[in-house]
Amino acid sequence: MTKEGKKSKPTLQIEDAPGAVPVAERSPSGARRMTLNMGPQHPSTHGVLRVVLELDGETITSAKPEIGFLHTGIEKQFEVKKYQQGIPLTDRVDYLSNLTNNLGYALAVEKLLGLEIPPMAQWMRVMLCELSRISSHLTWLGTHALDIGAMSVYFYCFREREEILKIFEMFSGQRMMTSYIRIGGLALEPPRGWHKVISKAVEQLAKGIDEYFNLLSANPIWCNRTKGIGVFPVDLMLDLGITGPMIRAAGVKMDARKDFPHTSYDKFDFDVPTRTSNDVYGRFEVRMEEMRQSVRIVRQALAGMPSGAWQADAPHILLPDREKMKTQMESLIYHFKIVTEGFRVAENSVYQVVESPRGELGFYVVADGTPNPHRVFMRTPSFGNLQALGAMLQGQLIADSIAIMGSMDFVLGDVDR
Amino acid sequence: MLPEIAAENPTALAVQTEYPEAIVDAKVASDGLVLYISPLLLTPVCRLLKEQGFDRLTAVTAVDWWPRSPRFEVVYFLHSIKNNVRTRVVVRLKEAESVESLCGIWRSANWYEREVFDLFGIEFRNHPNLERIMMPADWEGHPLRKDYPIHGFKYSYQDE
Repeated sequence: MTKEGKKSKPTLQIEDAPGAVPVAERSPSGARRMTLNMGPQHPSTHGVLRVVLELDGETITSAKPEIGFLHTGIEKQFEVKKYQQGIPLTDRVDYLSNLTNNLGYALAVEKLLGLEIPPMAQWMRVMLCELSRISSHLTWLGTHALDIGAMSVYFYCFREREEILKIFEMFSGQRMMTSYIRIGGLALEPPRGWHKVISKAVEQLAKGIDEYFNLLSANPIWCNRTKGIGVFPVDLMLDLGITGPMIRAAGVKMDARKDFPHTSYDKFDFDVPTRTSNDVYGRFEVRMEEMRQSVRIVRQALAGMPSGAWQADAPHILLPDREKMKTQMESLIYHFKIVTEGFRVAENSVYQVVESPRGELGFYVVADGTPNPHRVFMRTPSFGNLQALGAMLQGQLIADSIAIMGSMDFVLGDVDR
Repeated sequence: MLPEIAAENPTALAVQTEYPEAIVDAKVASDGLVLYISPLLLTPVCRLLKEQGFDRLTAVTAVDWWPRSPRFEVVYFLHSIKNNVRTRVVVRLKEAESVESLCGIWRSANWYEREVFDLFGIEFRNHPNLERIMMPADWEGHPLRKDYPIHGFKYSYQDE
């Protein structure tokens, strides 16, 4: 398509807006129209997403995303698990930023229980969540660049991500499904030598992020394929429920870490980056800047990590120390009670918001006085963002659809749950 | 009637002055105000809340309280960026009762209402495209209902 063809693209319309006439209807060019089925097995959808595209030549006249291929009923499973057993389920929702998911669920239940978390555990949570934000953004950057055609970035990003996954393995024994943040604190005591390992990794990351930014921002093909692509009105974005880096690239300063501070985020000094260009390149810039801010937070956490307990003082909720069980009767009783029955939570409900790398992640937990949650609803950022895909693709070129989808950074496990 | 605990809240007061019959119950949770609204007045109240600055409908979900009556609670999560406030609007519904769709007020309601329809079987009147979203189109039953077994109806592990 030529430059002229790009200029004459129609104004953006919403998929279900009444009276919306696709551009192709107006021109009697029936032969140029076709329906293209993208997915469910398409490499650039990063999961199983099906998009039904109606095309007029190379212009998309309508796009209908179809989801549900990865629906595994996680919300239903929560209802038959004990509260603490829900943590591994949250890992499997957004598998690229599992610690943020752990944190959201743990915070919601802790609010219901009225648990006080010691400062060391809170700072450790912040540090690990920011590391997982960097790892998630690195995965995004690598795959997004690969989709657009820059292959080498992919290898660099995954090399760096590997270092972060090694840190997670060191802490929890697991690379991806860490389940490290538990209700009441952390799963295990932080390993010996963690400070040195993270300090080294963070210095390398700080260098790496700048390098990858320069690698892409000075690349004319990257700039041509991202600048001015995927622009979408801000009011529609808010109306359609877009959150996270997407909305920040449109100039709206919305970040749950600042707006609704949790887990001592108010004790850290960091900025919420915004851009006003509102295109694919702007979202790239915002995410790169977010990684730099995360590095800043991790450095602060390394410098000022408080000492003390890594779990709350709540013997009726947390499993006792193995040694104590052999000598103290009470610990043995608590252990028996927690393992056989779990702990009960009084009838109440809470909606806890945390900032996931993809946007607003909310956990709505309803307790009914039994050891199982009555209902756990996950407001996942990918679901909210993906809803706008149909409207965003309308009127765009088919080649740009890959760039736009990549800039949304959705995880299909997060969409379908 | 507005309970004492929410009497100081500006959002609750605004709704109370405009639609005195709308508020069934209210409470202040740790994450903000929770308003229980009569299903008939949901649309006007939500329109008013949008004028009050709640520019985002974050999510819609439901809770099944079977075998209690009224059985369902439909929960709307609202967020005001300007005032940095969150509010929950809750509508209590009996079995087979339907509720007005909010797609005309916030477009983000579209998929969330489809999800609630799919997994709970609650109908939303005047929804532009009320189809199943998670489950296959020919699926029978609504999985997140409390009387739907965890392993589904097709298989049973009881006799093995």
